[in-house]
Amino acid sequence: MTPEAPAIMAGTSFGRSVGRVEDARLVRGKGRYVDDIILPDQSYAAFVRSPYAHARLASIDTADALGRPGVIRIVTGADVAAAGLPPLPCGWMIHSTDGAPMKMGVRPMLAQDVVRYVGEPVAIVVADTRDLARDAAEAVLVDYEELDVTADCADALRDTTVQIHADIPGNRAFDWDIGNAAAVTDAFASAAHVVSLTLRNNRLIPNAIEPRAANAVWNAVDEQLTLYMAHQNPIGMRAFIAGYYGLAAEHKLRIVSPDVGGGFGSKAHNYPEELAIAFAAKLVDRPVKWTAERTESFLTDAHGRDHLTTAELALDSDGRFLALRVDTLANIGAYLSSSGALVPTYMYATMLSGQYVIPAIHCRVRAIYTNTCPVDAYRGAGRPEAAYVVERIVNVAAERIGLDQAEIRRRNFITDFPYQTPVVYEYDSGDYTRSLNEALALADYAGFPARQVEAAARGRLRGIGIAAYVEACGIGPSAKLAALGGGAGMWESAEVRVHPMGTVEVLTGAHSHGQGHQTTFAQVAADRFGVPIEKISVVQGDTDRIQAGTGTYGSRASVGMSATLRACDSIIAKGKAIVAHLIDVDLETVAFSDGIFSSSATNRTVAFAEMAYAAHTAAGFPTDQIEPGLVATSFFDPPNFTYPSGVYVCEVEIDPETGTTDVVAFSAADDFGTVANPMIVEGQVHGGVTQGIGQALWENARHDPDTAQLLTASFMDYGMPRAVSLPNYKLVFTPTPSPSNPLGMKGCGEAGAIGAPPAVINAICNALGVTHIDMPAAPETIWRLCQARMSS
Amino acid sequence: MVQVTLRVNGKEAELDLPGRALLIHALRDHLRLTGSHIGCDTSQCGACTVHVDGKAIKSCAMLAAEADGCEVTTIEGLGSDAALHPMQEAFRQHHGLQCGYCTPGMIMLALDMVARHGQLDEPTVREELDGNLCRCTGYQNIVSAILAGADAMAHV
Amino acid sequence: MYAFDYLRPDRIEDASALLAEHPEASLLAGGQTMLPVLRARLAAPSHVISLGGIAALKGVTLADERLVIGAAQTHAQVASDPQVLALLPSVAALAGGIGDVQVRHRGTIGGSVANNDPAACYPAALLALGARIITTQRVIEADAFFTGMFATALKAGEIITAVSFPRCDRAHYEKFRNPASRFALVGVCVASLPEGSRIAVTGAGFGVFRWHAGEACLDAGGTGNDLADVPLDADCFTGDLHGSADYRMHMTRIIAARAFAALGR
Repeated sequence: MTPEAPAIMAGTSFGRSVGRVEDARLVRGKGRYVDDIILPDQSYAAFVRSPYAHARLASIDTADALGRPGVIRIVTGADVAAAGLPPLPCGWMIHSTDGAPMKMGVRPMLAQDVVRYVGEPVAIVVADTRDLARDAAEAVLVDYEELDVTADCADALRDTTVQIHADIPGNRAFDWDIGNAAAVTDAFASAAHVVSLTLRNNRLIPNAIEPRAANAVWNAVDEQLTLYMAHQNPIGMRAFIAGYYGLAAEHKLRIVSPDVGGGFGSKAHNYPEELAIAFAAKLVDRPVKWTAERTESFLTDAHGRDHLTTAELALDSDGRFLALRVDTLANIGAYLSSSGALVPTYMYATMLSGQYVIPAIHCRVRAIYTNTCPVDAYRGAGRPEAAYVVERIVNVAAERIGLDQAEIRRRNFITDFPYQTPVVYEYDSGDYTRSLNEALALADYAGFPARQVEAAARGRLRGIGIAAYVEACGIGPSAKLAALGGGAGMWESAEVRVHPMGTVEVLTGAHSHGQGHQTTFAQVAADRFGVPIEKISVVQGDTDRIQAGTGTYGSRASVGMSATLRACDSIIAKGKAIVAHLIDVDLETVAFSDGIFSSSATNRTVAFAEMAYAAHTAAGFPTDQIEPGLVATSFFDPPNFTYPSGVYVCEVEIDPETGTTDVVAFSAADDFGTVANPMIVEGQVHGGVTQGIGQALWENARHDPDTAQLLTASFMDYGMPRAVSLPNYKLVFTPTPSPSNPLGMKGCGEAGAIGAPPAVINAICNALGVTHIDMPAAPETIWRLCQARMSS
Repeated sequence: MVQVTLRVNGKEAELDLPGRALLIHALRDHLRLTGSHIGCDTSQCGACTVHVDGKAIKSCAMLAAEADGCEVTTIEGLGSDAALHPMQEAFRQHHGLQCGYCTPGMIMLALDMVARHGQLDEPTVREELDGNLCRCTGYQNIVSAILAGADAMAHV
Repeated sequence: MYAFDYLRPDRIEDASALLAEHPEASLLAGGQTMLPVLRARLAAPSHVISLGGIAALKGVTLADERLVIGAAQTHAQVASDPQVLALLPSVAALAGGIGDVQVRHRGTIGGSVANNDPAACYPAALLALGARIITTQRVIEADAFFTGMFATALKAGEIITAVSFPRCDRAHYEKFRNPASRFALVGVCVASLPEGSRIAVTGAGFGVFRWHAGEACLDAGGTGNDLADVPLDADCFTGDLHGSADYRMHMTRIIAARAFAALGR
């Protein structure tokens, strides 16, 4: 394909820190989230959930609960079965190395015979109020026969006798590999140095502060179903819910995802609950609303990460990488969630080349079912796991052969683009050396030894860690993804409507849940049209208004912004044709810039709004050649992924008496390609880095090994990042525009969560002088390492 | 049922509520002031923060009945349609919000900080944000916004 | 929350009478622990009797050289009270570090003490400072009050009305926070009283306890560093997700030494 040159670099709006359009509403408390909506004759749902991680459902007795005050209906798995509703699908097909298709455990909307994780929905109680529904849910008597459990994917290696799905022995969904095993073996045989490392990528819980919520209403006369849901891909959900579940015909299914309070991937998946609420609404003929309590979020929002990996890196005598061998067990939870098969394969193993020339790579991934909440995409989704493997083992190698952690990276960086890695991806652009240099300068890397000495005088262990990440964003093209097993197109659409007075609506299938699309998408149109941003509205999240879409996840808003750009360009093309008639010149002579149409053939000009008015009055041009009106649509299918990259430097101080780690400095040099709005992009980095630091230091989903109960099921036990524990981050952008995106953009939403964990752990290992410490690096673990170091 | 009389954002409100109704539910469900949000069950996220008799409290950890006779201020009680309160304006100026869900609680807490301390410094702000969780911003711009908002309030 | 009837007496006598009348009732002080417990449906009281309307439970007074803090004084009020700041600065500082800003505006000393959460801050100060818990029926020495995890010497129907402390400017409470809950993973209050040193430890085990051997060490002229070798009763410690018993024992020594170092000299 021919790369399109970046169309807009730095206009009057695009590329600048334009204040967010959405804020005036949100800071007044005038946002509208799903739970804010109360419909006429509203009823409320509460889920009956499994208290066991693995049990046979012997019986469900709803008689007592049905008699409770305010109870309208109780829906169980039997209702789901009677309605013939299919089990939840996985959106990606992975074939094992032996060619066999992955083994899907059957995941019904409401449990049928067996429950397989704590919190799995068993029944829904619909009642007049939230409290009455909760009261009655406790009165539903479920007879569970407990079964043995497995929560740790490492159990699979120990030949657990627990069998989660009857037809899937060993709980293995697939045993997949990528890369060239023979080439890797050869390279290791001739290597001067080989280092190896076994590490865990700890399981995380997304914890968007707005819990998941749904409110469904069924109009039986028109057979119209309206579903309000907090979702990252509401437009795409319509085809899925209509086509796959048949809960309503596609043209009679309205999905609305209004303001959404954070997602981080967790609101991009298909869950049983939202579907079950829509199903229940059809049964009770009243609007049914459910909002997750935080405990439900902990138990049932798809978790993230949870890998156990052994990696080996072969190097030559100069410290150049020869080969990387990786063997990963991926805990996928009790069922394969929407992207559960994609995340530990093509979102993970394909990123194992990192920023480096590694001639041979091989990765094996075994996906293991356990009696835990399903694991799916969470900010970064596979790419953080890959960056963690690569950036940890690179530091281990540096330590082994006595190279500085910056130097070993510099020596191995990819410098020529495009670059075809041994694991599928072709990197688009980048200047990794520049990012490293800028990050080191920002962090005053040269001054670190003096700071370390000063800290030591205060009894503190100071360490510095570097991590260089690369990721794949802006996903598409659809055909390539389908060839890899994808089940849905990965384009994005935009419709641009220009009204007679020259105001503009941009309708997009992307969905902002904090990213500020109302602003950045408007910036594209503002620059393209030369129209002030106040005259542009961005519309999202309602299938009654949006033609088609695939949503926002995987740092892919740039795809929707590109569709917006193209639709704008169609408008301009039509505008030129109209103007040619208005001022009676040849079309070829008409130019448009800064909101003004002009022609080399005359000194007459036409403002954008005048053209828009003319387009609607339709009197100044032949309507048999040019149709009246001013609407354009674009469906943009990206020609390739984009590959954001960056280098992070983290500095920590450890109190050896308590084992506490303070992140005292964090510097980031990121190449996101063209930056649409630096203020917003910086905010994305802040948030991503914070989640990455959270993973490295505090966050951890832990299960009781004997019962598979989630032990960290509230903010009392799950350590969330807090303001007091974080420094101010120092950021710089090192853009190399992507040739795969018409705007030159690459994506920025996940970078921080990808690059930060290895940067923090590298810093801690540097401070302690140890080879490795697993995440989260809890105070007690560090204290024990300090004790061991002192006694040795 | 309990009779609860509140003065919310300057307006008298009389409610007849079950004893177990939380203040947050009285505000959101009955008075339809939906700017205050619920983000947790353990009183840790702070999204529900409102002022009762001028002090920031978590309205998910207070029975509505306990607020009987009290003056309640929610995010909707700040500023006007024409002009934002300086603290709201500071959050906007400093990109102190992304998804906006935690924001009303953050702003109400920030005003409590200003009321108690007047001028603020960064360590104080970071320390006193301990009861409010944000998953989007990494707090950096929230801290900047609160410092700027406090400054703006001092110069009003 | 389960359904309950809400009652709001305005006299302490009425609260006692209601409590006698409804044996399955719960008292509600600031509610900062109670409300999350109720929301989690971990308690199902028939009635909730609010103490918020009882004026007699409020205020701080000085009597017989002891500072008497009303049970309904919030943590924020205690933290900023001029008398507490002047006569019991360690208690003001402790109160100013409980929970978070919003919790401190609602949570009360009486509620915290009656609840006796094993990770609560106040019990450590009461025990280290030799406080007395004043109830509707009697006065209880702190040493006899905290009897175990969420357990106290309070009898059915007995309501805390105030806590009295001897004035003391040589005390300090140091807290090492659990990174998730922000409660004390280990909290230690060290007080130097005329009759000798007292050290109370919270967060480390099933409930607040005194470290008598540590006290003896300090009374023998030891310093914080010397505490490193002083034995601790392993039975007092417990482990959880956030720290083993061993780690909490170690941290007790470290935090005690830091608290001692911070004592006004």
